[in-house]
Amino acid sequence: MSTETDQDQIEKLIDGKLSWEELRGDVLPDPKDPNRFEVTRRVLQERVDWDDPILVPLNDHLFVVGTDDGRIVKSECGHEFGPLDDNWKKHCQIRVRESEAEMRELYPENMTPDPDWEFELREFFCPECYTLLDVDAVPVGYPVLKPFDPDVDTFYEEWQGRPAPDRTEG
Amino acid sequence: MSKPEDTPETTDRAFEKVQPPIGWDNKTLREMLEETEQRTAETGRYAGLDELSMKEENPFKYEQLFSQLRGALVSARETAMHVSASPIVREIGELCFQVYTPEGDCVGLSTGIIVHVHTGSLAIKYMIEEDYEHDRGIQPGDIFCNNDNDLGNVHTTDVHTLVPIFHDDELIAWVDGVTHQVDIGGMTRGHDQLASTTRYEDGLYATCEKIGEEDEIYQDWRDRAQRSVRTPMYWDLDEKCRLAGCHMVREAVMDMVDDVGTDTFKQFMREAVEEGRQTLNSRVEERLFPGTYRDASFMPVPFEDEAWKPSAKQNMINHLPVEVRIGEDGGIEFDMEGASPPGPHPYNCAEGAMEGGLWVSLTQCLLHDGKVNDGSYIAVDTNYPEGSIVNPQDPSLSYHTSWGSLMPTYNAFWKNISRGFFARGFREEIVTGYSETGDPVQGGGKYEPMDDYFPVSPFEHSCQGLGASAVRDGLDHGYAMWNPESDMGDVEEWELIEWGLPYLSRQVKPDTAGHGKYRGGSGWEGIRVVQDSSDVSLYKHVVPGVGFTTSGMSGGYPNATNYSLRAHDTDLAERFEQQKPYPTGDSPPGSFDEDIEGDIERSTKGLYFPEEFENYDLLHYQMGGGPGYGDPLDRPIEKLKEDIEEGFYTPEVVERVYGVVGTLDEDNREFTVDEAATEQAREQLRAERRAETVDFEEFYDAERARIREGDVSEPAEWMYSGVFDISEEWADSFRAFWNLDDEFTFEQE
Repeated sequence: MSTETDQDQIEKLIDGKLSWEELRGDVLPDPKDPNRFEVTRRVLQERVDWDDPILVPLNDHLFVVGTDDGRIVKSECGHEFGPLDDNWKKHCQIRVRESEAEMRELYPENMTPDPDWEFELREFFCPECYTLLDVDAVPVGYPVLKPFDPDVDTFYEEWQGRPAPDRTEG
Repeated sequence: MSKPEDTPETTDRAFEKVQPPIGWDNKTLREMLEETEQRTAETGRYAGLDELSMKEENPFKYEQLFSQLRGALVSARETAMHVSASPIVREIGELCFQVYTPEGDCVGLSTGIIVHVHTGSLAIKYMIEEDYEHDRGIQPGDIFCNNDNDLGNVHTTDVHTLVPIFHDDELIAWVDGVTHQVDIGGMTRGHDQLASTTRYEDGLYATCEKIGEEDEIYQDWRDRAQRSVRTPMYWDLDEKCRLAGCHMVREAVMDMVDDVGTDTFKQFMREAVEEGRQTLNSRVEERLFPGTYRDASFMPVPFEDEAWKPSAKQNMINHLPVEVRIGEDGGIEFDMEGASPPGPHPYNCAEGAMEGGLWVSLTQCLLHDGKVNDGSYIAVDTNYPEGSIVNPQDPSLSYHTSWGSLMPTYNAFWKNISRGFFARGFREEIVTGYSETGDPVQGGGKYEPMDDYFPVSPFEHSCQGLGASAVRDGLDHGYAMWNPESDMGDVEEWELIEWGLPYLSRQVKPDTAGHGKYRGGSGWEGIRVVQDSSDVSLYKHVVPGVGFTTSGMSGGYPNATNYSLRAHDTDLAERFEQQKPYPTGDSPPGSFDEDIEGDIERSTKGLYFPEEFENYDLLHYQMGGGPGYGDPLDRPIEKLKEDIEEGFYTPEVVERVYGVVGTLDEDNREFTVDEAATEQAREQLRAERRAETVDFEEFYDAERARIREGDVSEPAEWMYSGVFDISEEWADSFRAFWNLDDEFTFEQE
């Protein structure tokens, strides 16, 4: 039963260091630890070199954080991707793969899209550290979707019964 | 003239006719359905139940009843599957049983192909709405059959047997059993047809049809059905399997009612559904994050050169967008506004099938335990736009392979839900999606030594690569989204019925898994040969390799695309005779050709329509890998060493994508990393990222110019113009994103 997950276990989970046995026995089963969110948030906050409170982890390297100028998306390295209301992908450096030669860098012969169908791999990089943040696989002309618009205040105030950390800290 | 064998006439139970109303408390079924729907709509709780009084006051009895019901359903499945002769049912377990309230709301289900739970529900509701109670009649001992997708089914080869359960003069519940057929007739052989474009080519349909009474199937139905399919023996035994299971469940339910009384059993059923609804809402609050999630999948349909009917001879892409909204109350809204219109292909998918797909996804990502039933469906507010490919409302279309729309859609759903898991810290629950269960080999022929027809419908495609999670790699060659318990089946099991198509090989296919910090599960490949047969036609189907259907997450890449490969007029017989090598795979692609002479057909389309095959012709097939998660440069070098040694990736691909350089000792499967070269290669990859990227504005301007100039592919144009035609909302959002004028549209002939 994973009713209590300690910080050490969460750190290992984030680092991918739990064995399958530990995952299967301690982490995957229900019920889940209700403190998982807060412990995870604390671990992630301790790992970054900046002080803006993390409000929502978006992916491996991106967070919604609170700042004096409002909520923004920020990467682990400290690069800021604009207000939360924006699509953070619009603040990335982008590489597009479309030709067969570009696809062949990733996949073997015969196992890439037909160039006549004009499918693209859009790779979104952090403009500062050039970590790969997301890859969209779409036909040419497809809009860049914003993957997630978190409702931060509803989560903290209605589901957690407390104000969001940026409403209490500083 | 072929004639179905007689069925032994044995009926143990005596039936007395009942007079309407047959619902609870002297109500008609229609009245019950209307009342339940109204109360549910008004209160947001199933049938307006304001408390779970039985669960609270007598929890042991309540849980005991649920366990008894669940036990009866699982037991029926495990027993009845042995009545079937089809390996699809017996070996892979493509069947399930479920019990419904009189209004058609599922209370409990067995294991197995649980995607069907809600489709049976819709078939029952159709019979109620069409007043079968007064018109066709619903009597104790009656047997109904449905595989009409427009009324409640996933695709044509899934067949439901429905049996009402009466206690005294009252209809207490329904039981439904469903199996997947080897063949259902139709214009070509196979269980997922490629060629049919309308209902009239799909094969045998039963439209909520009464097919028996007093526990016995009508002679005329047995004759009609068995004469309508290519495999009457499998049909007959599958039907007996479904009926036997339904009767087992009926007997168990009647015993339970005798034991606890009618009122208690009714209360139990109502509460179980409501508890299922409540469980979903509490899971959402426990594991997800309120907000709006967006993703989209694509289904390329390369039919221009392949299709048989003129109307289908075009290249198309079906658009399958998924927006998920999670509200303050823990409810889920699932919205596919912008889905493509239906088309002249077999991928049209009825709303009930889409709901089944949603349901089977929810049970795997949010509801692993608890009361799994229609309560979770009631908790989700769905929009499958009417008139779109995911809710055509048109029985004349072909729905034979609705999976071609259903499976890509739920890849987008899983990614959306996974973003919620990530936000809450539940990284272990993330799944980037899956390889759709495409590439089944299908067809049939006549095996000369037996002088009989053999169908080709192996269910090995139930073992695809699962997508990665945020803490581990995806499951290799072992996943199907529609039946979490299926497996690929032993080679010998398939050869038992597919006499004329023995196996030459099965092996892991390298470089199929999507790249990432955590890679997707790997796909695999196989080769089969035609032997001692005549009149053989075979085809290969789904997940065309011309484009991607889905993507990875958090920097992970999509899985590699599929291709097709076959060889006709080969020298295999001489090779056997001379004990020369023959192909056991095509890895790296092209190597197949080294060990065989003949007419070799290779295509990135990944599919082909039925083709004639002669003895010693070879058919290669492959199953896909899963999408990856995270930046590939974050993947530890030691894991890449393992990937190479175990054959999941080749050293060439690992060097190009992950920058890990070394030497593979093929004999001992040992990879030695060259650390200095690796450091240099990874630095080079990072430098390329800086050199080869542009900022968003530059990307946007270039892409927008292509749209304005019409420089998008023809199938993409087909997609955009089709969506513009049926969704002004999506068209407006497209124009707004690219800053196009209000009149902008795509020209499509």
